Amino acid sequence: MATFKDFRNNVKPNWCPGCGDFSVQAAIQRAAANVGLEPDNLAVISGIGCSGRISGYIKSYGFHGIHGRSLPIAQGVKMANRDLTVIASGGDGDGFAIGMGHTIHAIRRNIDITYIVMDNQIYGLTKGQTSPRSATGFKTKSTPEGSIEQAVSPMELALSAGATFVAQSFSTDLKDLTAIIEAGLNHKGFSFINVFSPCVTYNKINTYDWFKEHLTKLNTIEGYDSSNKELAMQTLMQHDSLVTGIIYQDTSRPSYQELVPGYAEEPLTKADLTLDQAHFDKLVAEFM
Amino acid sequence: MINQLSWKVGGQQGEGIESTGEIFCIALNRLGYYLYGYRHFSSRIKGGHTNNKIRVSTKETRAISDDLDILVAFDQETIDVNYHEMHDGSIIIADAKFKPVKPDDTEASLYVVPFTEIATDLGTSLMKNMVAIGATCAILGMEISVFSEVVEEIFGRKGEEIVKKNMDAIAAGYDYMKDELGEQLGAMKLEEADGQKRLFMIGNDAIALGAIAGGCRFMAAYPITPASEIMEYLIKKLPVLGGTVIQTEDEIAAATMAIGANYGGVRALTASAGPGLSLKMEAIGLAGITETPIVIVDTQRGGPSTGLPTKQEQSDLMAMIYGTHGEIPKIVMAPSTVEEAFYDTAEAFNLAEEYQCPVIVLSDLQLSLGKQTVQPLDYSKVEIRRGKLVDYDIPDTEGHAYFKRYEVTADGVSPRVIPGMKNGVHHVTGVEHDETGKPSESPLNRKAQMDKRMRKIENIRFNTPVYKNVPHAESDLLIVGFNSTRGAIEEAIERLEADGIKVNHAQIRLIHPFPTDEVLPLVQTAKKVVVIENNATGQLANILKMNVGHVNKISSILKYDGNPFLPHEIHTQCKELF
Repeated sequence: MATFKDFRNNVKPNWCPGCGDFSVQAAIQRAAANVGLEPDNLAVISGIGCSGRISGYIKSYGFHGIHGRSLPIAQGVKMANRDLTVIASGGDGDGFAIGMGHTIHAIRRNIDITYIVMDNQIYGLTKGQTSPRSATGFKTKSTPEGSIEQAVSPMELALSAGATFVAQSFSTDLKDLTAIIEAGLNHKGFSFINVFSPCVTYNKINTYDWFKEHLTKLNTIEGYDSSNKELAMQTLMQHDSLVTGIIYQDTSRPSYQELVPGYAEEPLTKADLTLDQAHFDKLVAEFM
Repeated sequence: MINQLSWKVGGQQGEGIESTGEIFCIALNRLGYYLYGYRHFSSRIKGGHTNNKIRVSTKETRAISDDLDILVAFDQETIDVNYHEMHDGSIIIADAKFKPVKPDDTEASLYVVPFTEIATDLGTSLMKNMVAIGATCAILGMEISVFSEVVEEIFGRKGEEIVKKNMDAIAAGYDYMKDELGEQLGAMKLEEADGQKRLFMIGNDAIALGAIAGGCRFMAAYPITPASEIMEYLIKKLPVLGGTVIQTEDEIAAATMAIGANYGGVRALTASAGPGLSLKMEAIGLAGITETPIVIVDTQRGGPSTGLPTKQEQSDLMAMIYGTHGEIPKIVMAPSTVEEAFYDTAEAFNLAEEYQCPVIVLSDLQLSLGKQTVQPLDYSKVEIRRGKLVDYDIPDTEGHAYFKRYEVTADGVSPRVIPGMKNGVHHVTGVEHDETGKPSESPLNRKAQMDKRMRKIENIRFNTPVYKNVPHAESDLLIVGFNSTRGAIEEAIERLEADGIKVNHAQIRLIHPFPTDEVLPLVQTAKKVVVIENNATGQLANILKMNVGHVNKISSILKYDGNPFLPHEIHTQCKELF
C-alpha cells in the first residue's frame, strides 16, 4: 500500500512561499494514498499557469499540456484506459477563461475523472492580470480602474450544466480538502472541485484572512442536503458561492463510460489492434 | 457501342438527386463498370442547384469527364447551368413538369419525359428519380432488371409493395423513353463490363476503414464538411471493437482529446478540414514536443476562413507542413487514390507510433467525397508496428527514479511507456524538458532534445513516397501533383503522349519530409517540369523548388475556382508550354 510519501518526488515547486497550491498538492497526495492508489495507476493532467505545474510535483504519471486544455486531454486518457485514475487540474484562468467551454462540456459529459481548480481569482504566472473570477471593481495590471465585468460563478454554472459532483474547499483546511478530493476520486462520474487557493503575491484582496472571514462551511448549515439540487443552488446564491464542502452529489446518474454503447470493459489500451479477416470482409462487403 | 459515358443528374438540393445517382452507380458498379462521381453541392440542405456527375467506363477512371453525354434534369436551372458541357449527340431528358426549354446554342437533343406525372400515377412523386433511371436505361439499351437487386436492398425493409412500385417506376420510365427514342433506343449502348466485384465508396469511407484496419479504436472529432463522414462511419463501426467516437465541443477539444487518448495508449484519430486544422495547430505542437503519436486527417476544401466549404481546393499544404509555432517533427502524407487513402491511413498509425510524432493524412474534397469504383482492398497488406512502445517489465530503480521517456538515442526515438505501466512513471510536458520530462531551460539540454526530436524523421521509412509513372528515361515534361489531381493528370498524359510529347508523372504521396531522392532524378531528366495544383500560389511547386532546386525549369498550372481539374484543361495548358 502506497502512503502519501510515495506520491512525492524530488522536484521543488516554483510556487511563491505561502502559495495556496502547496496544500492542494499535499491534499492530492494524501487523498490518492487514502483511496488506495499507487503512483503507477494515477495520471495527473494539468493546464498552464502557476497551478498547472502541479502534474510535475506529484509522483505519478503526469501530463502538463496546453493552456485551458487539461480537461479534453484528461478525458482522452480516461477513455483510453478506464482502469486509470485521472485527475485534471489547473487554475481559474485555465478552467474558467480559455478553457471554459471544455469545463461546461466535461461536466455534462460526465466522464469519470476528478477536476481540481486552484482558484486564486488572478493571473499569477503572467504577473497579475484580471481573471474571470476577479470581483467587479478588482484592480489589476489589466484593469487599472477596476474590473467592469461580472465574475463567473463556477459552482452555479456546474449545477446548471448537469454536474453530478460539485464541491468547494479552501486550501488552508488540509483535512477537509483531502476528504473532498477523496470523495471526488470515489465518485463515479465527473467530480468538480473548486479550491480557494490564495495568491499571496498578486491578490491582496482575496487573502487567507479574507476567506476565513467570508467562507461558510456547509456542514454548519442546519438541514443542508447535498443531494438536493434546488437547495444547493439556493444556498450558493444566498452565500455568494462562498461555501465549502460537498455542494451537490448525484449518485444515481451513470458515468459516461457506463453509457457508451459497446465500450469495452477492459481498457482500450488492451484492445486487439487486428481484425479477423472475416470481420474485415464484412466491413468491405457493405461497399459492394 | 461505346466504352465510356458521362451522365449527370441535377435539380434542387433535397429532391433526392443524391439517391438517384447512388442507385444508378451501385447497379453499374456490380456489372463491373468503373464509376467516378463528383457532386456539385452547396452549403445548405434544401434548395439550390445540385448535381451529381458520373463517369461510367469499362476501364479504370479517376477523373471527371470533360464533356457530358446524358443530362437528367429536374429543373430548368439544371439545363441552363450544365448544357455547355454537352455536344452533338448528347441527350437531355427533362421532367415535363417544369416545361423544359432547350437553349438555342446547343446541339444536344431534348426529350421531355413526365417523370413526376408517371411517378405520381404509380403512387408517389418521390419515385420520379426511378422513372429517370428507367429513361436512362432506354438510352443505354440496358435491361432494367440490372436495378432490381439494388432496389430490393434499398426498399426491401419497407415491404414488397414498395419494391414493386419502384421497379414499376423504372419500367414506366423505360417504356416511355423507348417510344420517344424510336430508332435511337440504345443510342449509347455500353460495351459489356468485366463483371468483376469491386467496391464503390468515397475517400472518407476508405480513410475510416483504413483507420480501423490500422488499429484505431478511438476518435474525437467535431462535425465539418468534408470530413464528417469519417466520424459517422467510425461511430457505427468502432463499438463492435469496444471503441468509440466522442463528438467534442470544439476542434481544439477533438485534437487534445485524441492526444490524451494516444498518450493513454490507444490508437486515436481526429479528422477535420481547414478551419478545424487552424484551430488544432497549438495541439499539434504539443504532440510534437511531447512526442505523442497522433493521426490527424485534413480533408482540404476551399479556404481561407470559411472559404468555399463544399468546393475542391488544395491550399492547406504549407499550413500542414509548417503549421504550429516553433519546430516539430511531423509527417504529412497525401494519398492520391481511394485505395491509397485506405492503406496510407492504416500506415499513418504505424508511423505515428514509430516516430512518436503527429502524422497528417492530407486529403481533398474531390478525393474525400468523390464516390467511385475502388479495387478490392487487401487487409493482409496492413501491418501493425508499434515502434519503441515498451512491452517488457520495467525494473524498479533505487529511489523509484522517473522513467527516461525522453532518453537521447541515436535515432532520436525514445522508449515509450503508457500510463498504468508499473515503474514507468515519468512526466510529460509541452515545456522544454530533460530526459525524464522535467522542465529544463538549460541550453545544452534544449539543443540535445531539439536535435533528438528533429532527428527522428530524417530517415523515415515510407513504402511508396511517390507514385511514379515514368516510361521515359529522358522526358519532355514531368508532371507533378498530389491528392486527387492524379486522375485528370493521367488522362491528360495519354493525350500529350498522343501529341508526341514524352511525359513522366510523379504524384507526391509523402509531402513531408519531402522525398527528394525520389523526385530529383525525375526533375533532372526532364526538359520541363509542371506542377498541377488546386491553389493560387503554387504551394507544391514551391516545396519542390525548395527541395530539388531547378527553379527555372519548374512552372505551375493552377486552378482555384472551386472546381476540380478536367483532363482537357491540363492537356491544353501543358501543350502551351511547347
